Amino acid sequence: MFQDLTEKFESVFKNLRGHGKLTEKNIADTMREIRRVLLEADVNFKVAKDFVTSVQERALGHEVLKSVTPAQQVIKILHAELTTLMGGSEVGIKTASAPPTVIMLVGLQGSGKTTLAGKLAKHLKNRGRNPLLVAADLQRPAAVEQLRIVAEQVGVNVLAEFDSTPVKICSQGLQQARRASNDTVIFDTAGRLHIDEALMQELSEIKKRTQPHEIFFVADGMTGQDAVNAAQEFVRRLDFTGIVLTKLDGDARGGAALSIRAVTGKPIKFISTGEKLDTLEKFYPDRMASRILGMGDVVSLVERAQHAVDEEKARKIEKKLRRQEFSLEDFYDQLQQIKNMGPIEELMQMIPGMGGKAMKGLTVDEHALVRIEAIINSMTPAERRRPTMIDGSRRKRVARGSGTNVQEVNKLLKQFQMMQKMVKRMSKFGMKGLPMGF
Amino acid sequence: MASILEKFKKGLAKTREGLFGEITKLVKNKYTVDDELLEQIEEVLIGADLGVETSLSVIEQLQNHVNREGFNEPEELTAFLKSELIKHLTGSPGEENGTAATDFFNPTIKPFVVMVVGVNGTGKTTTIGKLAKIFHDNGQKVLLAAADTFRAAASEQLEIWAKRAGVDVVRTQAGGDPAAVAFDALKAAIAREVDVLIVDTAGRLHTKVNLMEELKKINRVLGKAMETAPHEVLLTLDASTGQNALLQAKEFKETVPLTGLVVTKLDGTAKGGMVLTVQSQLDLPVRFVGLGESMDDLKPFDSKTFVEALFQ
Repeated sequence: MFQDLTEKFESVFKNLRGHGKLTEKNIADTMREIRRVLLEADVNFKVAKDFVTSVQERALGHEVLKSVTPAQQVIKILHAELTTLMGGSEVGIKTASAPPTVIMLVGLQGSGKTTLAGKLAKHLKNRGRNPLLVAADLQRPAAVEQLRIVAEQVGVNVLAEFDSTPVKICSQGLQQARRASNDTVIFDTAGRLHIDEALMQELSEIKKRTQPHEIFFVADGMTGQDAVNAAQEFVRRLDFTGIVLTKLDGDARGGAALSIRAVTGKPIKFISTGEKLDTLEKFYPDRMASRILGMGDVVSLVERAQHAVDEEKARKIEKKLRRQEFSLEDFYDQLQQIKNMGPIEELMQMIPGMGGKAMKGLTVDEHALVRIEAIINSMTPAERRRPTMIDGSRRKRVARGSGTNVQEVNKLLKQFQMMQKMVKRMSKFGMKGLPMGF
Repeated sequence: MASILEKFKKGLAKTREGLFGEITKLVKNKYTVDDELLEQIEEVLIGADLGVETSLSVIEQLQNHVNREGFNEPEELTAFLKSELIKHLTGSPGEENGTAATDFFNPTIKPFVVMVVGVNGTGKTTTIGKLAKIFHDNGQKVLLAAADTFRAAASEQLEIWAKRAGVDVVRTQAGGDPAAVAFDALKAAIAREVDVLIVDTAGRLHTKVNLMEELKKINRVLGKAMETAPHEVLLTLDASTGQNALLQAKEFKETVPLTGLVVTKLDGTAKGGMVLTVQSQLDLPVRFVGLGESMDDLKPFDSKTFVEALFQ
């Protein structure tokens, strides 16, 4: 996500860096370029205009013109302004002083509310909460059934009835939560257009009856200029408390994030980045700003690693690394753990310098990992421990067994050899709890 | 056709006027073209999601035109912009006009196989439900294939639409192989002498290599069950999608043989300007537009009318 935006900024700054000192004209040119970049990223034109103006004002000030590294200064200002625009520091979910905490999900059709309901339930469950999902979308065919299945997958309670009304089922859900001591209730409401008077009225009614602590406006991260119209209307009618952006695992530049945030003044609370139910991430404006400006997102990467890596195994491997006993078996374990962290492409984007241009056109073939696994699986335990013993005829056998060819086996063995060398060097620095390669 | 245009225009006019309403207002009583006016016009174009490139280039043309020839009446500006945009966005002039609902449909092919693809939440299943009704009302025997085996309750959703339209569905258990469902459905369609088979696929982001491969496989497998299938591959685009729509369409076009577009959710305030870019750059015609949630809200459409409605 945001990859193209990063790329564009990179080229703008490359131009800037060419100048020893910045003139007002340099800056004006750059600002025009930045405006264009933002527009291409689907940032609303009004928002883009304001943003560029505020950056320009600061950039024209003394701090930049007098600085020895003007390009760096402009980047710093851009980063700061972008962070501010997206909402300062991070905000979590409110909790009610007297449970249950009531969360209501609203948004246009197809923005991903039902899937988000599941993700949110899972997120809360993982943190020791006991949420109840309420199927208040009685409009879309099989939406109730969808939520019931999602709840089952997550392993949380669900209130799903076909012959009810949205207002009734929400009130009922609230009562059931109190009785069954669910500490959180999540209403999955039907998607609707912001100009649909009757349906917007229905949401107001649900809000009035249930007094939700949080109302999340769920928005598609790929939305264009119209994002502000829907968001403004939903905030006017419901005064929602937070924004969740979905489908940010694609290549949309996500300008909607900036637009919606800017016109509603509400914080972006989560971003949704995948098909699986555990792909809900907290939104960190500062990290996102770093990502946009091509500074990478190391913090998220480390967090994911900590989440996915088995500490016990990591300690063992660290020991082995130190004693230089790292084998193909361990390599295989490492692969599994990296896989747990999510799609490689996504991980790569978090590495500084890997976003933007560096990654352009490079798609990581996840099948390659499957082949490596197959090759390692076709070796005997002894071979895995001591890859040097794999001679020509063993290579043939392994290739046959894994459905690959000898070249691929050779390639893996060679890569492994290089890795061992690298490990020798790296073990001097000590690399706590991080999987190989990071 | 006129009533469709009316409805479509009404959709667009719900909260604000069409593109040219706004521009007409801007140029009213203007006898000079200054930077401010140009910027305002540019903002109107960008605001309709026509894309930065198109908008900027049209503005440049306008400026050149005025510098070269000047102008006498504000209306000349509007007229110039309109012709410039149409040139940019509709490709070749004299394109077919007023296509009928099922013009792409060839009744001599039996079963005629339609596959519907697109990113998540763009309205594939809903479109298929409505499409099934159009064919059914047209007297064709229709079968649906629930090849979205990934999203929870997707088959159930399709089944409800099928019931409403009065047609049958072939499905499998959740998590099953989508290509297998498509294959079985096509075999069943042949055996039951069905006229039209519509294949629903799971929503997928065009950037997911594995999922796009899966789509390729569905397409390939259909071809195995019947050499010429699929005969029509429709991409659903959400009208509110921004510039990403072009990337989506490009990727899907590279993956499967797209033949047309369905623009959904046009009853909102989004103008769907990106559709014009997609249609002109990738040479993909708009076949239908979705204008609401009821069964009859899928309307046949052609590029010309789309542009007309957007501009008026």
